[in-house]
Amino acid sequence: MIPRLRLTDIRKSFGATQALRGVRLEVQPGQVHALIGENGAGKSTLMKVLSGAHASDSGLIELDGLPFVPKNPLHSHRAGIAMIYQELNLAPHLSVEENILLAEPPHRFGWIQRSVRRDRARQALAELHAETIPLESSVQSLTIAQQQLVEIARALLGQPKVLIMDEPTSSLTRVDTENLFRVIERLKHRGVSVVYISHFLEECQRICDHYTVLRDGETVDDGPMKSANLRHIIQRMVGRDVNELYPRIPHAIGDPVLSVTGLRGVSKPSSVTFNLRRGEILGVAGLIGAGRTETLRALFGLDPVEDGSVSLNGRVSTKTNPRERLRQGVGLLSENRKEEGLLLNRSIADNLLMTRLGPLTRWGVVSHRLVRQASAEWMSAMEVRAQGPAQAIGELSGGNQQKVALGRLLYHDAQVLLLDEPTRGIDVGSKASIYRRIGQAAESGKSVIFVSSYLPELLGVCDTIAVMCRGALTTVKSASEWTEHGIIAAAIGQGDIDTDANAEPVGQVVGEAPPAGTQSNGLETN
Amino acid sequence: MSVVRNGTAGSETTARARRFLNAAGPFLGLLLVLLLLSLNSESREFIFTGANFKIVLIQTVIVGIGALGMTLIIVSGGIDLSVGSVVAFTSVLGARLLVADVNPALAVAGVILAGGAIGLINGAVIAGLRMMPFIVTLGMMGIIRGAAKWLSNKQTVSAPENSPVNAIMARLNPTEFLPLPAGVWIAVGLGIVMAFMMNRTVFGRHIFAIGSNEATARLCGIRVPLTKLWIYGLAGLFFGLSGLMQLSRLTQGDPSVAIGLELDIIAAVVIGGASLSGGTGSILGAMIGALIMAILRNGTNQMGWETYVQEIIIGGVIVLAVGLDKLRQSRSARV
Repeated sequence: MIPRLRLTDIRKSFGATQALRGVRLEVQPGQVHALIGENGAGKSTLMKVLSGAHASDSGLIELDGLPFVPKNPLHSHRAGIAMIYQELNLAPHLSVEENILLAEPPHRFGWIQRSVRRDRARQALAELHAETIPLESSVQSLTIAQQQLVEIARALLGQPKVLIMDEPTSSLTRVDTENLFRVIERLKHRGVSVVYISHFLEECQRICDHYTVLRDGETVDDGPMKSANLRHIIQRMVGRDVNELYPRIPHAIGDPVLSVTGLRGVSKPSSVTFNLRRGEILGVAGLIGAGRTETLRALFGLDPVEDGSVSLNGRVSTKTNPRERLRQGVGLLSENRKEEGLLLNRSIADNLLMTRLGPLTRWGVVSHRLVRQASAEWMSAMEVRAQGPAQAIGELSGGNQQKVALGRLLYHDAQVLLLDEPTRGIDVGSKASIYRRIGQAAESGKSVIFVSSYLPELLGVCDTIAVMCRGALTTVKSASEWTEHGIIAAAIGQGDIDTDANAEPVGQVVGEAPPAGTQSNGLETN
Repeated sequence: MSVVRNGTAGSETTARARRFLNAAGPFLGLLLVLLLLSLNSESREFIFTGANFKIVLIQTVIVGIGALGMTLIIVSGGIDLSVGSVVAFTSVLGARLLVADVNPALAVAGVILAGGAIGLINGAVIAGLRMMPFIVTLGMMGIIRGAAKWLSNKQTVSAPENSPVNAIMARLNPTEFLPLPAGVWIAVGLGIVMAFMMNRTVFGRHIFAIGSNEATARLCGIRVPLTKLWIYGLAGLFFGLSGLMQLSRLTQGDPSVAIGLELDIIAAVVIGGASLSGGTGSILGAMIGALIMAILRNGTNQMGWETYVQEIIIGGVIVLAVGLDKLRQSRSARV
């Protein structure tokens, strides 16, 4: 059989840096092919070569057996290679139908034919069984999962031969992920080849037929997915044996540090009550939109608290602001590295040390020597791989950026760490490093709230776990009492939870709950 | 990508070289301008004289001091369009105070503080009402220009001839103490102080943080609104001082002077390597930017070119400088 897409010995250098040094990839028609590798392994560069954004230095790309040299993204798209990037590429203010037919809206003499456009958009969504997405609402009012479907619908309009998806599930909930898998199955049956880039090996194993592992810009392994051993794949991709992905560092749990009673925010959360003890790692699971991020933001003083009380070390401190919280020893790691978490065009040193410059000053003057010392020390403690403390943090890979973001809280010596999706979109090696840091923090008596949508890590790292559903938090139970199934059931409101906030009929729940207002408005106008 | 992975000594050196080049960029620009001017043998002997450089430096002072304040604002991610009006207003105010026989030291203080007060108002509206700096200062530009005309009865106000304020920027320095007038030394001194402030104080680091990403700055416990208030207030003091220099140089307060000065100042800051989206920029760069613009003006004057040629050249230089900067950045970002 002639492969749909074949890459032979693709090489690409930027200056002295060899980003790709011999990539081999062969994708059959109708095959779902996992492309696996750590951040920095060259996946993004490879995507850019395929999309025509960068030209490869050498090597051969064959599409259906014919040599193909992508000149630019449009050329590549016309040839049948479509991309779904991790950061979605939609015009947020425009409507769903405008977005789907953005590149080539149907027109006559330059006038857009709205009814034709609507029909085509509706058809495209129907193929994905996503008819419920309102065509007229603006894309920014949709959930991430819906936005992704809109983008897939747009990609499919071009009748692609190969669809490349970069980390498509990194910001999806479990239920949306299942939904996406069904979409991929359908694409596969239509004969579309899918290149599926993901850090979630369990996912790859579920839906992919074949895999290719990249390391340092080189193909180091490939084979059929069904018979593959995940341990083996991890070892190939990291280049070393990851014995313990979830290192268990023994730590003692002490008295309550943070007590939250009936916390309510402006729209979310609706009711959150828990106690966080000294040295405890409390996991918070839940669907996206369940109010986990909002809970952390309210606790940290970024969003207003409408009702309820928060006490720290026995002292009531409900209304607050980030500055005061930091002074009290509470730190927040934002779920959004790029937009909130980091000063992207500033140096690693600035990003690490910004919250606590005081000890680095002499008579009010920041000492370069102390800054260099402190940042070098923390970079090595956090295992940050970079040129030096003065390098702009935007140039680092996601995993290294996240290590710096966590390092900031640890440098600040925060006693309560509020971590919002600390491992989202980063490679396995960095994840293991961050788990270790969290364990060590607990060991030294710090308390951690660990919000995550990735259940294995919650079960592997946390002492206790609570689940949020529609703004309410379930009772906290020991991690050993939870199963993945139990967490999912609780997250979609089918668990044995003791709140009355979710009296919705079960079974109808699909995916996360979007802002109720926008959703119903959209349906009405439809 | 693999450079990041192998943090070797070699890549550390190239990174250092790159940072040095980034910092030296405006300097190289300055040298280039001087080189180009020296090509014409006829004008060379007029341009490259001590007396002419003295003129250039004096001409740089007003834009240069304004650029000190503007750098703070642009690095914090803001902009101030009211500078030209503030300079006109404060120059009129100073002249009125001197005419009214106020003690010159008090008049000087009043002029500078008036600039600071206007800056504080800008800052309060921008930080308190979360309005766009562009809009707020555009409004202030009109308000203060009008106020200057009202204060001066739409006429220029001459300062008393023997006022010590006139000496600050006088070309013939009667003290003969140093070959340059006090205004130049004040600008240089303040430049050093401000460069130090930006790089070595907590307040300075907070300005960079706010400009780089306001949400992150808030997350890091920086009091963003208060810091902004201080930024605009402090910058206002410099704009007031610029107005004083204007008064001293013309020996009169003129309500219609310095129209469009803010654009020259913004151009100087940007030529010096600052980004209008905030988070980057340097005082030294901005000062060199101001010098480049003054030298270009002076050089084209000396060559006897028409003013429209000047305008075209300076416009081109601004686009060229920022374009080169973008190119350099995109190259370094790709590694």
